[in-house]
Amino acid sequence: MDLSTKYLGLDLPHPFMPGASKMSEDLDTVRRFEDAGAAAIVLQSLFEEQIVGEQLATYGAVDGRSDAHAEALTYFPTPEAFRLGPEEYLEHVAKIKASCDLPVIGSLNGSSLGGWLDYAKLIEQAGAAALELNAYYLATSINESGEGIEARTVEMVRAVRQAVTIPLAVKLSPFYTSMAHVAQQLCAAGAAGLVLFNRFYQPDIDVEELAVVRSLRLSDSSELLLRLRWLAILSGRLETSLAVSGGVHSHLDAVKSIMCGAHAVQMVSALFLKGPSWLAAVKSDVAQWMESNEYVDLTQMQGSMNLQRCPDTNAYERANYMHVLRSFSM
Amino acid sequence: MADRPMVTVDANEAVALVAHRLSEVIAIYPITPSSTMGELADDYSAKGKKNIWGSVPDVAEMQSEGGAAGAVHGALQAGSLSTTFTASQGLLLMIPNMYKIAGELNSFVMHVTARALAAHALSIFGDHSDVMACRQTGFAMLCSNNGQEAADLALISHAATLKSRLPFLHFFDGFRTSHEVAKIEMLLDDDLRAMMDDDLIAACRERALTPDRPIIRGTAQNPDVYFQAREACNPFYLACPEVVQDTMDQFAALTGRQYHLFDYVGAPDAERVIVMMGSGAECAHETVEHLVAQGEKVGLVKIRLYRPFDLSAFVKALPATVQSIAVLDRFKEPGALGEPLYLDVVSALHEAAAEGILPGAMPKVIGGRYGLSSKEFNPAMVQAVYDELAAARPKAHFTVGILDDVTHLSLPVDASYDIEPADVVRAVFFGLGSDGTVGANRNSIKIIGEETPNYAQAYFVYDSKKSGSMTISHLRFGPRPIRSTYLIKRASFVGCHMFEFMDKYDVLEYAAEGAVFLLNAPYKPEEVWDHLPVEAQRTIIDRKLQVYTIDAVQVARETGMGGRINTIMQTCFFAISGVLPRDEAIAKIKEAAQKTYGKKGEEIVKRNWAAIDATLAHLSQVQIPAAPTTSRERPPIISPAAPQFLQDVTAKMMRFEGDNLPVSAFEPSGSWPTATTQWEKRNIAIDIPIWDPTVCIQCNKCALVCPHGAIRAKVYDPALLGEAPAEFRSTTFKAKDFAGQAFTIQVAPEDCTGCTLCVNVCPAKDKANPKHKAINMELQLPIRERERANYGFFLGLPEVDRTKIERLDAKFSQFMLPLFEYSGACAGCGETPYVKLMTQLFGDRLLMANATGCSSIYGGNLPTTPYCQDAQGRGPAWSNSLFEDNAEFGFGMRLAVDSHDKMATELLVKLAPEIGDDLVDAIVNGEQHGEANIKAQRERVAALKAKLATMAGPAAKRLLTLADYLVRKSVWIMGGDGWAYDIGFGGLDHVMAQGRDVNILVLDTEVYSNTGGQASKSTPIGAAAKFAASGKAVGKKDLGLMAMSYRNVYVASVAMGARDNQSVQAFVEADSYPGTSIIIAYSHCIAHGFDLSLGMEQQKLAVNSGIWPMYRYDPRRIEQNLPPLQLDSGAPKERVQDYMRNEQRFRMVEKIDPVRFRHLAEMAQIHSSQRVAVYEQMAKIIVPAPAATNGDASE
Repeated sequence: MDLSTKYLGLDLPHPFMPGASKMSEDLDTVRRFEDAGAAAIVLQSLFEEQIVGEQLATYGAVDGRSDAHAEALTYFPTPEAFRLGPEEYLEHVAKIKASCDLPVIGSLNGSSLGGWLDYAKLIEQAGAAALELNAYYLATSINESGEGIEARTVEMVRAVRQAVTIPLAVKLSPFYTSMAHVAQQLCAAGAAGLVLFNRFYQPDIDVEELAVVRSLRLSDSSELLLRLRWLAILSGRLETSLAVSGGVHSHLDAVKSIMCGAHAVQMVSALFLKGPSWLAAVKSDVAQWMESNEYVDLTQMQGSMNLQRCPDTNAYERANYMHVLRSFSM
Repeated sequence: MADRPMVTVDANEAVALVAHRLSEVIAIYPITPSSTMGELADDYSAKGKKNIWGSVPDVAEMQSEGGAAGAVHGALQAGSLSTTFTASQGLLLMIPNMYKIAGELNSFVMHVTARALAAHALSIFGDHSDVMACRQTGFAMLCSNNGQEAADLALISHAATLKSRLPFLHFFDGFRTSHEVAKIEMLLDDDLRAMMDDDLIAACRERALTPDRPIIRGTAQNPDVYFQAREACNPFYLACPEVVQDTMDQFAALTGRQYHLFDYVGAPDAERVIVMMGSGAECAHETVEHLVAQGEKVGLVKIRLYRPFDLSAFVKALPATVQSIAVLDRFKEPGALGEPLYLDVVSALHEAAAEGILPGAMPKVIGGRYGLSSKEFNPAMVQAVYDELAAARPKAHFTVGILDDVTHLSLPVDASYDIEPADVVRAVFFGLGSDGTVGANRNSIKIIGEETPNYAQAYFVYDSKKSGSMTISHLRFGPRPIRSTYLIKRASFVGCHMFEFMDKYDVLEYAAEGAVFLLNAPYKPEEVWDHLPVEAQRTIIDRKLQVYTIDAVQVARETGMGGRINTIMQTCFFAISGVLPRDEAIAKIKEAAQKTYGKKGEEIVKRNWAAIDATLAHLSQVQIPAAPTTSRERPPIISPAAPQFLQDVTAKMMRFEGDNLPVSAFEPSGSWPTATTQWEKRNIAIDIPIWDPTVCIQCNKCALVCPHGAIRAKVYDPALLGEAPAEFRSTTFKAKDFAGQAFTIQVAPEDCTGCTLCVNVCPAKDKANPKHKAINMELQLPIRERERANYGFFLGLPEVDRTKIERLDAKFSQFMLPLFEYSGACAGCGETPYVKLMTQLFGDRLLMANATGCSSIYGGNLPTTPYCQDAQGRGPAWSNSLFEDNAEFGFGMRLAVDSHDKMATELLVKLAPEIGDDLVDAIVNGEQHGEANIKAQRERVAALKAKLATMAGPAAKRLLTLADYLVRKSVWIMGGDGWAYDIGFGGLDHVMAQGRDVNILVLDTEVYSNTGGQASKSTPIGAAAKFAASGKAVGKKDLGLMAMSYRNVYVASVAMGARDNQSVQAFVEADSYPGTSIIIAYSHCIAHGFDLSLGMEQQKLAVNSGIWPMYRYDPRRIEQNLPPLQLDSGAPKERVQDYMRNEQRFRMVEKIDPVRFRHLAEMAQIHSSQRVAVYEQMAKIIVPAPAATNGDASE
């Protein structure tokens, strides 16, 4: 079965790849993904905020205590060079490039325009084939408008587009008032692809301790539904690659995503749970399913259930309670 | 001449740069003020810097200076070029080896920052006490007086030792020279190569011990040959001075700087001459030039080569016209005819006269002491000495720089005498320890030194507190080399970086007429004036000062700099002073920020630059009215209610006027009253914790963890609330013990350091607003008066009756009065909560031996000390002997106490017929465990003393002096891991093996905290520390397991933040155990590199990850047929690396070398799992009780 696909201008033998996660930190795991036949690998994100935080923490601990007491002018050794910038990440990109043949897709979460630009250039120089811009931003200010945030994101994409030559994907949150419009603007600004969607650390509450608990729950297939809808809405209407991320656990999840328009299928939770070889299993099950359902190749299936081509567009466009009403009206 | 760069460095760095390049093996041990040299040498080697022969020197940190001396001795015997760096007590520990090294004619140089010795008190500051104790060892001794000389004579020492075969002790004054930053010419590798003779190095190698050419050294000799063999070295000593002079001449040819064994400065026809060595000679040099220019016939002989003392060179250095000589010693030899240098000079003149080489008539010689412990030595004092020499009957022996109103040896000094030239700019800056002022000033002086033709000098004064400390920076720059080795008195620029200082100190005392005064103030420019006390307003008007102000804290906040105002104030200084054109200055400050912070990340540089750019817009000049506008005076530094001694002595020290105290102010044996921190209301916290009784669950954890004893808990009769201030907070106590009593948690508002440990451990949260806990931080200033009244009332409430406390756990321990309060320890200190707990539990019968280190500094550094007394006047009696002997010191205390007890008991029995058998029996056999029993014994002893007072005879009198020892004393031996694991381990081990009733508390910060973060054997694997910069590769020593191996030692490992009840239990058990006990207490520390307000949480993580298992090994359980070891921490449930990642000491390794970090973290996990596994197994082992081993009770 021909599963080949084109994502971010890259010709890939199939759409399956590990999404951005800590799994890519370990070189052995990366090799296991290669062995499992992954089409590409998306690295964990480089977080500008974390780099800045690390620098401030080091400054506070090392310099904040110095020159205050006659017997101890300092409390720490002074190494030639701290690697408090993106060095480690960039070396990791280079190492993965050197140790496997997979196309490496870098991932970046900036917190300033300067950071986005600087780090994007560095990741490109380190050898990434493409770059996923992780546009995660939690707008907690009551003075910041949605319009402003969207404009800033679009501006950031435009600036990065001008700064680097590798293709760019933007990994989005689903929480935009006009998701489709934002997607269109991002593409116009130079995004070659959109990744639907980011998953967030969602704080939980410890009711005994009255404390907020940070947790990252793994996804399950139920989360896929939101992604399917938006894949379907955007598919075919924008000149862009689409990737699904979040909720693909089985071959049928993958089939659905592709039918809704995904050019790439990113998996994280399923691989965490079942190991890198699960990627090969999903790929082979998809191929088998397509064969038994007499598909010619992947492109035949790609977007077949999007908003433009599916038999019941209302199902995507109407809100839930409308379905309920209609079902009762029958 | 070669083109040598000018660098602005301190002497420690200047010497390290030379010594490292001329050595192959370096063995050191940290000690102030020499630590920096060892650290730099280690740093150079860690970065791969090579010596002049192309090899990276091997730097080893040893367990003590004795160990370092042994290591270099071994290296010398095996043919390596070696060096070491030390000072003070460390140098004393090297003396045994120094005799050997010299006796064997080893070529070797040690560099010493000359420092005071601990006598009536410890002092970290500079004088010649330590080096003078080495003059008999056979080492050649060469003295440098400033940074340039330190570099130059370091090289000359290394060259001359090869030629002379005598080992050299090269020394310079601790702090005044070692820490003074000055502009000097750097010596190039080629200079060093030119001075070091390869043939002589080869000869050294030839003399090395090697099995390829075996010889034997270190033999034992008998009366037949020892004497003659000892005399065999004489030719080397006779030749040495000439060798040194030749080497100095060779150096002069190379660099243009000519030194002599004795350098003379002054009038060729001088009649009055001072002879001295060290940094004071710089000040004398400057004064002599000034006096000679005025026509005075005075001179100065600077001694460079002190040993071997070259008679003929000395005599040649003296002008023939000399009539009187004053020899100045920076040392005191009590009971001697005179100090060593004086005696040397007297002998020299006598011998010269006998040999007929004295150039003129025999001069009159007098000897004086000056400058002990870095006591100020300035031109006025030099002038006073010359005046004395001119007197008809000068004092044969005198002191200068102090007022001796007891033996009247001191010379009168004209304090107004000032010779500083107008073309030298002088600036003084007052900073808060943590605001970066010193670092910025160091950068400023580098900028001035390296970017302008000026010579520059910076010297920094620190107070002795570790929290809220003040720094004073003294900066000079001018067209000539600066020899002013004394503090600035009249500055043309005074910067005060903390507004609160204006109410505490006379900051403007330093301002010269017309000077600029820059003040960081949290007020608008037009409001600043009105906030100044009247004394400051008056000085500003009288001295016509120009006042500038900036709200630097606001600028720092706006630019993301937090509380670091250093670059902001630095920018102001350059902008106002005009040292450099503004734009150029700003560019240089930015460059310095880039250089200083660049390797720690661009963000820090970016923020500093933003702060620098934002500064000038916020800088304003203050308009000065014609007359003061306030009558508000600077508040008294100490309460008028404080005892008279504190008013007379302590208050002056607190105001930085201690220099003016006369000799008679001091108790000659070094004894001081305790309980003095209570009078020093430091008000250093911006926010303080305030208790909310409606939320509180009354666990007392806040009081338990408070490092400064600044949160107290009490239960008391509610009827007493009638007299309470209106806003005093109280609630009903909830537990069944003390039912119906009122309960209060109260902060000491002016003693709190604002560390927030209490808030972070508070488990009680307001259900409607969980952010609000039972204790919450509030701005101190608006509530200071209110809380001062509340605390005053609280202290007046009766103390809880200790005998009524039935459950001695973490909660109820906090109703016991802390007898350790308001110390100068770091905010958030991890050690002091244990110390405080110990005093709560046993303080009224506590005898403490404290090893040198952080705990001896916050425990015993003047002006005020934290150990205090209860209402009966009882409290901890505390002393610090040395660093290395503390276990033995405390052991000796136990021997004395036991001896007193034994003798008292014997006398009791002997006098029983007169005293009464019942009372004697009750005293001798009375149970003395538990507060009620102690109280009962005290009452019996009181009855005994009353009876004895009525009895006649020597036995009764003797018993009266010993009776109090019949109440059980708790002897505690306390210190840090540097003491317990390293330098004092031998003694600790021996004391543990004795089985006597002493308790040992190891405050384990896993690093040398007091001297600045050097690795100890307690430092865990993976932690970066000095001498383990890339992360320590070997695991921490398991001291507890070693102690358990004795089987009869009570051993506990505690971490208060993980389980506070276990800590309390361990202390109670240790005290009750009738043999030796040791508690190893996890103590978070600023040297771990994290926010200490989270210290207790991090302790919990340490325990939960298994890296710090908690246990108690109680030998008493053996007899109960129970496993002696109880593992108090459960199975590890977190990863060690999650613990490690919270602390900079580990993160640093990850950020230098992530691969190494991962490896070390993995090893740490394995070590931790292995350690827990061993303990888990041991906790299941029941060992045969003594009875089962045929009564072999010795084990």
